[in-house]
Amino acid sequence: MFITDLIEETYFAIFANKARSSLTILGIVIGIGSVIAMISIGQGAAGSIESNIQAMGSNLITITPGSQTSFSQVRTARGTAQTLTIEDAQAIAENVPSAQAVAPELSQRYQVVFKGNNTNTQIVGTVSSYLLVKNVEMTQGSFISEQNINSLSKVAVLGPTIRDDLFGEGVNPVGQTIRINSINFKVIGVIQSKGGTAFGSQDNMIFIPLTTAQKFLVGGDYVSTISVQAESSQTMGQVKIGITNLLLTLHNIADPLLADFSAISQEDILDASTSMTDTMTILLAAIAGISLIVGGIGIMNMMMTTVTERTREIGLRKAIGAKRIDISLQFLAEAVTLTFLGGVIGIILGSGAAYGITLFTGMATKISLFSIILAFSVSAGIGIIFGYYPAQKAAKLNPIEALRYE
Amino acid sequence: MIEIKNITKVYKSDIVETKVLKDISFSIKEGEFVAIIGPSGSGKSTLMHILGCLDAPTSGQYFFEGKDVSQLSDDELADIRKRKIGFVFQAFNLLPRTSVLRNVALPLAYANIPKSKREEIAKEALLSAGLNEKRFYNLSNQLSGGEMQRVAIARALVNNPSLILADEPTGNLDSKTGEVVLETFQKLNKQGRTIILITHEKYIAEHARRVISLKDGEIIEDTINHRSKIIQQIKE
Repeated sequence: MFITDLIEETYFAIFANKARSSLTILGIVIGIGSVIAMISIGQGAAGSIESNIQAMGSNLITITPGSQTSFSQVRTARGTAQTLTIEDAQAIAENVPSAQAVAPELSQRYQVVFKGNNTNTQIVGTVSSYLLVKNVEMTQGSFISEQNINSLSKVAVLGPTIRDDLFGEGVNPVGQTIRINSINFKVIGVIQSKGGTAFGSQDNMIFIPLTTAQKFLVGGDYVSTISVQAESSQTMGQVKIGITNLLLTLHNIADPLLADFSAISQEDILDASTSMTDTMTILLAAIAGISLIVGGIGIMNMMMTTVTERTREIGLRKAIGAKRIDISLQFLAEAVTLTFLGGVIGIILGSGAAYGITLFTGMATKISLFSIILAFSVSAGIGIIFGYYPAQKAAKLNPIEALRYE
Repeated sequence: MIEIKNITKVYKSDIVETKVLKDISFSIKEGEFVAIIGPSGSGKSTLMHILGCLDAPTSGQYFFEGKDVSQLSDDELADIRKRKIGFVFQAFNLLPRTSVLRNVALPLAYANIPKSKREEIAKEALLSAGLNEKRFYNLSNQLSGGEMQRVAIARALVNNPSLILADEPTGNLDSKTGEVVLETFQKLNKQGRTIILITHEKYIAEHARRVISLKDGEIIEDTINHRSKIIQQIKE
């Protein structure tokens, strides 16, 4: 038998029973479609988390204080210690070779008032290199300068959301005066919106000079975080070690396990979130995979019915000279074609569903070539696996009994 | 052309052994028209299955065109059926909802005859089976019983087999159409084809030149049918 004959037979067999064939295909369509849609949601989430992390700044290492043990041996929560200082930041900038830019921060929440409007938000005291380290750009005015730091200026740079809340959308607030914790600050700029990130949006922060924050708001000379940008992603590990060793020396700590700070690189966060989204993708795909298996069983069920129904035909085909392989190929081709058609339609519908999800819910989705290839090979594989048994059953039929079958 | 020697066939169920064919031997020469007749249970169907290479005998030898085929595998038997034997069944066994031409061309597909030649060969076979040309593109289930059997005969002819085996070919037809079908077999026989006809009706067997009677798995009579010859001679 030629391949063309096989294709023709398959076409006739599938079209002879349109309703049953299409219902069987539907099972595979739902299976493949949901696998595609679920993987695209998972990968979309992974992609958006990754870009959020990248938006925090590139090649970033964040140093946060550890917990502090007081004289009475009471240990406070991690991150509350007041052991990091501007001097630490300066030392890092001077002594760690591949640290390109260093931005210490001191942040706390305060009530902010402009005329009749008020809001409660994160006030970040920082320095001019913050712009570089955190990938921030300005839309209006300028950022905090060295001059502002040195002279303890009461100036503020607003996040776009804060600008909208206090002044209204599109209004230029530069030159206006706002009150933070009852102290007057002059607005000198607005930063560009970055959108929400899972790690605190800069859109609703207010930036003031670090020295001003220490002196007038917090009343202490510590900082809450130091962000360091490494020269490149290759030097990140090296920079992290350099910072750790430097700070251990500066803080007079001999045992690294007792360090009163922790340095986390962006890679660490990325790794953690990647493994989280991977788990989510696998979970979603596994759920969708179950419907794919159900679809496969549908194929098997239809093929079994077909073989029984066409027993006499199989007997006749054998009598006129069909070999086992001819018969089994015929039924296998039918099963594979059904799943293949289901696979193609499923990929189209699944991609459509992913597109629809993005369109209506704004959730990021990403259809990768990998998931399409996976779905394709899985559907063909299911056709072969679930078509094999019925095909073998047909091929092994005894022609005499098959011809007599009622 | 066909020679069977001491063929036996035993069916075994769990406890009972049924001897369906008991030590049967005969030979059929090329161009013969043989009827195998016997009541139901005589073993004629089993004999036909063995002659048609659909089944292997329990013991004994079967020489088809000089080649011993009694112990061949399933696929080897399929090969012989494909090239050498044409079957006509009582129930016609046409593919439903499929055109007449496609039905007839089906064995050609398994014999790997190029597609371009199939229609021509199928049409030729249909003409020699005596089907009206108007029916060629009809679906098989739109035909009358007589027409269906002609399509089945054409399908049996299409691979130019050396043997045509007909199992109760008139069983599902009224006597008039049955007569026409039998005349078709006689015509084919006159063209030199070897035909074996299996039946339980004596008047049908009379169309053949030679009648082998079976009873309880044994040959009880093997006669040359002179009347058939006379009829033929008169017709000639």
